Amino acid sequence: MDLLQNNFSTFLQGFGYTLLSSIIALVASMILGTFFAILQILPQKWVQKVGNIYVQVFRNIPLLIITFFFFLVVAKLIPMNGFTAGTIALSLYTSAFIAETVRAGILSVNSGQMEGARANGLSFWQAMQHIVLPQAFKIALPSLGNQFINLVKNSSILAFVGGLDLMYQGNMVAANTFDTFGTYIIVALFYLVITLPLSYYMQHLERKLKHAA
Amino acid sequence: MEKAKKRQFGIIATIVLAAVIVLGLMWATATAKKNQEHQDTLARVEKLGRIVWGVKADTKLFGLMDTKTGISKGFDVDIAKALTVQLSKQTGVPMSAEFVPVSSSSKIQLLKNTNIDGTVSTMTITPEREKIIDFTKQYFDAGQSILVKKDSGIKSIKDMNDSKYTIIVVVGTTAAEETKKFAPKAKLLAVQDYATGMQALKAGQGQAMSTDNAILYGFATENPDYQIVGGTFTHGPYGIAFDNDQGPMIRETNKALATLKKNGVYNKLIKKWFSNVPGLDWHELEAK
Repeated sequence: MDLLQNNFSTFLQGFGYTLLSSIIALVASMILGTFFAILQILPQKWVQKVGNIYVQVFRNIPLLIITFFFFLVVAKLIPMNGFTAGTIALSLYTSAFIAETVRAGILSVNSGQMEGARANGLSFWQAMQHIVLPQAFKIALPSLGNQFINLVKNSSILAFVGGLDLMYQGNMVAANTFDTFGTYIIVALFYLVITLPLSYYMQHLERKLKHAA
Repeated sequence: MEKAKKRQFGIIATIVLAAVIVLGLMWATATAKKNQEHQDTLARVEKLGRIVWGVKADTKLFGLMDTKTGISKGFDVDIAKALTVQLSKQTGVPMSAEFVPVSSSSKIQLLKNTNIDGTVSTMTITPEREKIIDFTKQYFDAGQSILVKKDSGIKSIKDMNDSKYTIIVVVGTTAAEETKKFAPKAKLLAVQDYATGMQALKAGQGQAMSTDNAILYGFATENPDYQIVGGTFTHGPYGIAFDNDQGPMIRETNKALATLKKNGVYNKLIKKWFSNVPGLDWHELEAK
């Protein structure tokens, strides 16, 4: 308890950075993921290929390596700090998984939906936006929830590049107080403060959409 | 009926799950506590016939992992080997030395959990650390310094007391604390190990890396574009560390260390590791 009281501002600062990084990465990876999901189902073969390469690259490389790539290599050309490098890496990494999730959602929407919409005079993009994607997201929601929770936990990657997040501050507190066990329990509880409400909200959203159908 | 059954199952499952989690936590806490209970290190190593030493794996000259063999090499490792031989002679119990790689932030916890018996890992003797672990007398004299790029124009740590500068340190080292005192305005970037720190310095994530001069010399030899400036600004000799309250082990190790210094083994190791370091007067490190 003393541990929490003495270092409360440190933990809180870390909590803030973790939350900020998670929110930015969530929004960015959602947009990127949806974009690359659509690329992969477009009729043009080469566009599909581009989407597929993107997904395979970022899905199959460890997040730590992507992070170090931005922190140590890209930073030489475009100066960026650990927080920025980590958040970018986290967004790209997660977006590959979200692309696959959303693609699976789109594919499970009956193809008659798209054909029907096109027959009624909607353009491909209009049909995608108003008819297919809303249904796809609903189907993909449970696995999207998984990705979001993973994203929050993966944000601990920032600790390796001095990103000031919860894990980084936890390492500092553990190093200064020598109480490793106690510190990491507190850090775990702080993560739960983000992930538990998030998973409940996703469940709630799932239930709400089910009834709406 | 069906619904009631489902509900009943749900309630039971929740209770069982909660019980498993609570019991698991209790077990983990109990194990952690048990590990922290006092054990006599000397008695333990004599009984098992081996000493498990924590050594660094990322620090050139002191403990650097040979990627081919997976074994650390360096001054620390050789000192630990020599000490094990000497301790075997003193106690009359033949003991072998085993090595476990440790990091700056993990070594104290590993000592406390008795994963390692002792550690020779470029560890500065500080009053804070002495409260929770035991140190022998110093086995190496070191002091903190900074490593900068040759054309940076930075002459000493004082030049860096400005919020436009970032100083790279490693989590859990004394340098992380001391740097704040000498350059309070500069930003700190704490990384997990020295190798990452050097990479971050090269990538321009900071303008200097700060830690003990002896460690920085290792990096300066490998990276000719970088140099150590301003000399040392702290004095922080290294000690060999054991768990708290290890009177007998500390006594025996101090005795063994004194013998190594007297019979020339210590000086031979100093020569082996530090005689080729440019800019370092290795004769100053010798035991007199």
